[in-house]
Amino acid sequence: MKKIKVTFYYKTKDVKKPITYHLVKDYDLRINILHAQIDNLEGKLFMDIWGKKDNIDKALEFVQKEGVKYSIFTKSVIWNESECIHCGTCTAVCPTGALVMDKSDWTLKFDRDRCTACELCVKECPLQIIQAGF
Amino acid sequence: MAQRTVEEINEKIKSGDAVIMSAEEIIGFAKENGLKKTLNSVDVVTTATFGAMCSSGAFINFGHSDPPMRLEKITLNDVEAYGGLAAVDAYVGATQESETKGLEYGGAHVIYDFICGKDIKLEAKSKGTDCYPRTSISTYINKGNVNQAFMFNPRNGYQNYPAATNSSDKIMHTYMGTLLPGYGNVNYSTAGELSPLLNDPYYKTIGIGTRIFLGGAIGYVAWEGTQHAPSTARSDTGIPIGGAGTLALIGDLKKMRPEFVKPARYQGYGVSLFVGFGVPIPLINEEILGYLLLENKDIFTNVLDYSVESRKRPVVTKVNYEELRSGHVRINGRDVPTTPLSSLKKARQIADELKDMILKKEFYLSEKIQMLPLENTGNVLDVRGPVL
Repeated sequence: MKKIKVTFYYKTKDVKKPITYHLVKDYDLRINILHAQIDNLEGKLFMDIWGKKDNIDKALEFVQKEGVKYSIFTKSVIWNESECIHCGTCTAVCPTGALVMDKSDWTLKFDRDRCTACELCVKECPLQIIQAGF
Repeated sequence: MAQRTVEEINEKIKSGDAVIMSAEEIIGFAKENGLKKTLNSVDVVTTATFGAMCSSGAFINFGHSDPPMRLEKITLNDVEAYGGLAAVDAYVGATQESETKGLEYGGAHVIYDFICGKDIKLEAKSKGTDCYPRTSISTYINKGNVNQAFMFNPRNGYQNYPAATNSSDKIMHTYMGTLLPGYGNVNYSTAGELSPLLNDPYYKTIGIGTRIFLGGAIGYVAWEGTQHAPSTARSDTGIPIGGAGTLALIGDLKKMRPEFVKPARYQGYGVSLFVGFGVPIPLINEEILGYLLLENKDIFTNVLDYSVESRKRPVVTKVNYEELRSGHVRINGRDVPTTPLSSLKKARQIADELKDMILKKEFYLSEKIQMLPLENTGNVLDVRGPVL
């Protein structure tokens, strides 16, 4: 089993194609959509994919043939937790819910798996303790 | 009728018999034990907040050089400090930005580095006078080699504050954080039911001379804060809806601790300072208990539309802090996510720290020397000059 975090970029004309259906049905992949967005020019689909390595490789070939571009994420941001004051300011701009406040004790929680390394939080953190990752 | 006096409470602190709770803890205690038992058994209630407070800064006296110099244009780590005072006094304001690094480093960072004990580069120029002949200086100062250094914050501890949203189609970067377009979020800054002036809405115990926790050290309420506006509309509970009271605070910068003072920079806005501020409220009578037991659901604030470029930003909706803390509020029939900007976790830590200081007999309560004004509304600047 392999897991990848990937964003698909569609041209608006292609958003009607049932791409994720084919990933599940034809390539036996498990999919968890983390974020989806469509505007007048482009559609974006950000998700975790689990499956056999071969199947993932073939599925990515398939989506490319369908005119869908993709990028695989291998990084996240670096959160200096010990310096964090847990104000919550960064959570306003995190598009995937990777940074959230735990309401049980009002601490900031960072779910690395949900992070797309968009780095909006790097600019937002008032204490400058979130850095771009590698 | 008075239940107990501040003097009696201090006697109990001295003998180790004082019962102290935070303003959050007493709410649960009263629900379990009833008002009478709460009033009889609790002596002190600690309140606290840890938020960005732009109107903050510090006075530093550097000591005289030999030959002496009247420092006129002063920078500390390339951040301008105000030197229009006697020869070696200066005031460094939290929001002043670095001349070389811009908003990535500012007065708040200088204050923090000073508290940490770091060397800070002092550069100054002067025209030179007969009595102060020296004309320039470049050296390093730190908390070990200056004379006095005290934080003096003209406006801290806002009694309540409006929450912020943005109805426009453009992203906004403000001192209330990033406001996403189309009512994308609501940002709020408060410790709510734990916050000092929300627990004493009519300033019955907090006034000029009140001893406080400031940045990890002992400080005092020096005066009403700038823009103190107690005449702001209040709800039935007596708590103002938005703005209202403010405090000018003073405390020993050399004794402050880095964990309770943090420099901040907000993108597209600038520099600010997170100030840890706590006040112990003496439970002197039933009226005070009534205020202390008010909860987040009883405290209301307005959500203002920051995209309207006017001092009078329109009120989008009125919400209470329980709703804001829930993570969503309703705007135009839609759930809008809410974001806290001040740290409740740190505020709780301060309330606990203050409790410990009192239990260890390091902190005794003081009576206020003078009431804060109960009536005042803010003035608006009368702009008479030509439009530039």
